[in-house]
Amino acid sequence: MKTIQLHELCFQYNHRPVLERISLEITAGERVALLGPNGAGKTTLLKLISGALVPAQGTVRVNGHKPSGVSKRELARTIAVVPQDFGVPFAFTAREIVELGRTPYLRLLRGVGTGDRLAVERAMELTDTSPLAKRIFNELSGGERQRVMIALALAQEPDILLLDEPTQQLDITRQAEILDLVVDLNRSRGLTVLSAIHDLNLAAVYFHRLIVLHDGSVLADGPPAEVLRPELLEIAYGGPVEVVSIENRSAPVVLPASRTRDGSSKGGNPER
Amino acid sequence: MPVSTEKPGLKLGKRSRESSDSDWGRDAAMRFRFGIFLLVGLLLLVMVLAAAVGTVEVSPRTILSLLLNRTGLTDFPQTWPLSDETIILHLRLPRVVGAALVGAALSVAGILFQGLLRNPMADPYVIGTSGGAALGASVGVVLSNHFSILGFGTVPTLAFLGATGTMILVYRLSRVGGRTPVVTLLLVGFSVSVILGYTMSFLLIVNDRLQVNVRIIYTWLLGGVTLSRWPQVGIIALIVIVGSVLAFAFARTLNALSLGEEHAAHLGIPVERHKTALIAIGSLLTAAAVTAAGLIGFVGLIVPHFLRLLFGPNHTRLLPLGALGGAAFLVTADLLARIAMPPTELPVGILTAFVGGPAFLFLLRRTKREYRF
Repeated sequence: MKTIQLHELCFQYNHRPVLERISLEITAGERVALLGPNGAGKTTLLKLISGALVPAQGTVRVNGHKPSGVSKRELARTIAVVPQDFGVPFAFTAREIVELGRTPYLRLLRGVGTGDRLAVERAMELTDTSPLAKRIFNELSGGERQRVMIALALAQEPDILLLDEPTQQLDITRQAEILDLVVDLNRSRGLTVLSAIHDLNLAAVYFHRLIVLHDGSVLADGPPAEVLRPELLEIAYGGPVEVVSIENRSAPVVLPASRTRDGSSKGGNPER
Repeated sequence: MPVSTEKPGLKLGKRSRESSDSDWGRDAAMRFRFGIFLLVGLLLLVMVLAAAVGTVEVSPRTILSLLLNRTGLTDFPQTWPLSDETIILHLRLPRVVGAALVGAALSVAGILFQGLLRNPMADPYVIGTSGGAALGASVGVVLSNHFSILGFGTVPTLAFLGATGTMILVYRLSRVGGRTPVVTLLLVGFSVSVILGYTMSFLLIVNDRLQVNVRIIYTWLLGGVTLSRWPQVGIIALIVIVGSVLAFAFARTLNALSLGEEHAAHLGIPVERHKTALIAIGSLLTAAAVTAAGLIGFVGLIVPHFLRLLFGPNHTRLLPLGALGGAAFLVTADLLARIAMPPTELPVGILTAFVGGPAFLFLLRRTKREYRF
């Protein structure tokens, strides 16, 4: 089943086109990475799908409906968004933050029910954030905060998880931890995952479909081995890159084509 | 704070209601109930005390007896002079109840603005909303002096319009890229307050020359509870109670807004509509407080801040606690203002500034790290 359908989607900020005629479909249960240089329109595309922005032309359909056509509460039960790392103005505990994920299910004069509590606890179990429950959210480390934000998203019990640069500003091991979690959720709970991500190598390892945006349109769309080709990436990123394959690893590794490297810098490093 | 002892482990099934209710959840709920109980007790205590103390001392026991007799449920023998009854019922109690209402209104308005602007510094006085209400009310007084045709509602209506207008202006001016940084908020609030304050002074001077009696405007500028008659108290009570109940209906919105407006929308909140409602409710409460007591600063800042430290920032708990805490705080402050320098009665605004000002500076200093100047 097609869960996200974009048709001839266009968007502009102050007459500057950001996205031009994007058409693509994502099937339920897919794990898709959105790649491209800064300003390629990754975040804009996520916002159009989440309903935060309204397309200038073209249509977005989520489970067959336009985001503007369903109630915000209903949309919040279908799509959950994990934003880039951030803090909150008050000293909320991690658990209170996760509980906010139940907002689209709560009624004005009714309290938080047993079902809500269970959903919160399940979300915290899955993200391994239960031990953090009483800690102050703002005092957690970047990786812990990111896991709490994912728990918040899971408490919404969505079908689709949108992530915006979930690994930015994280240590390398924490990056793997977060993405392992995302893959896990995709596999065990059938969540459709669409994530904007900067790191090509992480994208290659953790996602089975990569979409490269360039100048507001889709430059490439396919499995990692097909998309991560030097000639294609050079167009997308406007400079030379090197793609290396490593034995026993299915995903290739992308490196920036440096001019100073072992072979070419024969004069040796003067600082040594 | 007790250290986390929560055990991970999912318990399902019918008997799990208790156990799935983690210690933490029970903790916070228990503390909340205890806090409400405590604050209600404190509020009643200071109210009786404030009614008892004055140039004529009336014992708390007398106050309670005569009040209970009034309800018709009891019939204590009257052992007190009739004048005491008059003093309590018609002089002190309207003012004490008025002070409680003003404190509750300012505290709840502070919580609303802080949640809306995602900024713990947003006090109705600091960001200029009170100033707008005071100017509106002053214009109302002047107008009704000149045109006797204008009815009783002029002053509160203009106070509300003044508060709303200022709030919208400050909100628009202090937003930078969807956020409200503390620097711009304080600078904008300060500038707007200064302009509003001097406009009030200008109004005073112009009207002095016209020999119009605008003494109440002086009282508003200094900040002091002016309510002295029950009908006035009744109207303020109605506005404050309705405003607080409405505010409570938006508690979850305020919680969600902590994550930012965009994320609140992702949680299913109709952000724009709710923001408008929050501005209107906050302005209504501020306007009620200002018409009743003029410019009283920092109540909406220190009371919510203190309560957040004790009970956490969850607005479903903070709002009721804030209403009670603000009421108890201002009744106490008003009492102290009355008895601090007899026979002079200090305006309560001076007192809250002495307590609240340093607290505000301390808070600013402490949160400095979180904001890049």
